[in-house]
Amino acid sequence: MSVLIVGASAAGLSTLEALRRQGYQDPITVLGAETYLPYDRPPLSKQYLCGDWDELRTRLRPEEMLAKLDANFVLGDPAAALDVNRRVVSTESGRELSADSIVIATGLRARRLPGQEGLAGVHVLRTLGDADALRRDLTDSPRVVVVGDGVLGAEIAATARKLGCAVTMAGPQAAPLESQFGTIVSGLLADLHTAEGVELRLGTAVSGLTSATGRVTGVQLANGEVLPADVVVVALGATPATEWLNDSGLTLDNGIVCDAQCRAAEGIYAAGDVARWQHDGLDALLRLENRTNATEQAACVAANILGENRSYTPIPYFWTDQFATKIQVHGIPTANAEIVVAEGALDERRFVTHYRRDGRTVAVLGWNMPKQTRLHREHLVHG
Amino acid sequence: MKVIVDQDKCVASGQCVTAAMDVFDQRDEDGIVVLLTENPPESLAADVHQAAAVCPALAIVVED
Ligand SMILES: Cc1cc2nc3c(=O)[nH]c(=O)nc-3n(C[C@H](O)[C@H](O)[C@H](O)COP(=O)(O)OP(=O)(O)OC[C@H]3O[C@@H](n4cnc5c(N)ncnc54)[C@H](O)[C@@H]3O)c2cc1C
Ligand code: SF4
Repeated sequence: MSVLIVGASAAGLSTLEALRRQGYQDPITVLGAETYLPYDRPPLSKQYLCGDWDELRTRLRPEEMLAKLDANFVLGDPAAALDVNRRVVSTESGRELSADSIVIATGLRARRLPGQEGLAGVHVLRTLGDADALRRDLTDSPRVVVVGDGVLGAEIAATARKLGCAVTMAGPQAAPLESQFGTIVSGLLADLHTAEGVELRLGTAVSGLTSATGRVTGVQLANGEVLPADVVVVALGATPATEWLNDSGLTLDNGIVCDAQCRAAEGIYAAGDVARWQHDGLDALLRLENRTNATEQAACVAANILGENRSYTPIPYFWTDQFATKIQVHGIPTANAEIVVAEGALDERRFVTHYRRDGRTVAVLGWNMPKQTRLHREHLVHG
Repeated sequence: MKVIVDQDKCVASGQCVTAAMDVFDQRDEDGIVVLLTENPPESLAADVHQAAAVCPALAIVVED
């Protein structure tokens, strides 16, 4: 038996660790596109971007622990194609790697704005390399426009503000994360950013960038207005990194489509941000972009490689840190849900809310109340 | 078995408490991990390893 894991990040490394923990002793190869040893992404918009952590601190595991996992790491060589029947992955450099089981954990690629390529001062944030480039551009307090009113845009705006930049956030929603959190909680988030000095120019879509001599000069809104900028961060979400699978015959539709056991084909599995699997509890295809999912789905895949037949039915969870505020979400909140404050108080900025729909709690959201939020998770039921 | 937690890395998710509540707790005010015992009994080894595995911040290290 042998296992090949494609993607050497949170989900890939977690699969490796889970296989070893569950007693698997045969050869494992981990193939990664980036040259870095596996590192963690959440700090890239937080501690690493603001300079509190160095690169070593972002490593998922120290080198001694990686060595103990006894795997063959092939880094800096992206997978280029997959032969599903023979279970062979060929790489950009011309390697051919075959295995009895293959796990695809290639994550996401950041979306870009048209015209962004080759323009100085414009950034996305997905990799350590992206974070380094952005961090360099955020010194000397430039005027920064963050394009994107989702979780990543809001985090980057907060960190850039902490670094002393003049920050404007642009995006189509009336308040950050409104489509997920609803008007009440996203309104509090808007208040938080405003109080910390972020200028919100929300409610209008971004139509493009303005530039002069190869450098960005501003962000153009759909109403014609231009927001002047020295640095622009594009945080418009990300798309599954599946281009290399286009000819593989696997079903690709907003991710690698998998069955309830996270299997994309016989002997081929997917885990993490790239996987869209059948969640039996919710009776829907689901793809999650969060850190805990990468680890939990990897553990399920490892178990299934070892002969179990486990369906993956997690309660989704993510957190976000913005300024001194920590928000944690269990379940899937939607803007149309009814919000009930279950503990704490909104105006104290310390609370736990339940999101209720059709008489059921579908999500629990905590604002600066981590321990208490976890205790409310039990109110969530599937089905 | 020796357990080490890194409170600076911890993101207060509480997964460790769910996995091994006799070994881990969270601070009431900010949810950061608190180690209840550095040397838990062998009977809790599986739970402690599970906690280290599911911690989304990789803030828990177990030395056997
Ligand atoms: C800046 C940032 C902040 C975040 N903050 C939070 C947060 O606060 N809370 C939270 O819950 N989640 C957060 N997330 C999300 C979380 O980091 C992801 O859910 C997690 O990284 C997913 O892990 P993954 O291994 O599936 O994918 P990724 O981490 O994207 O890793 C995929 C790996 O595969 C590699 N790869 C891609 N194509 C190929 C190929 N063809 N061949 C070989 N290798 C390839 C990539 O280089 C990459 O290393 C954040 C993400 C980012 C980018
Ligand atoms: S699981 Fe990890 S991040 Fe979560 S509370 Fe425990 S130590 Fe902290």
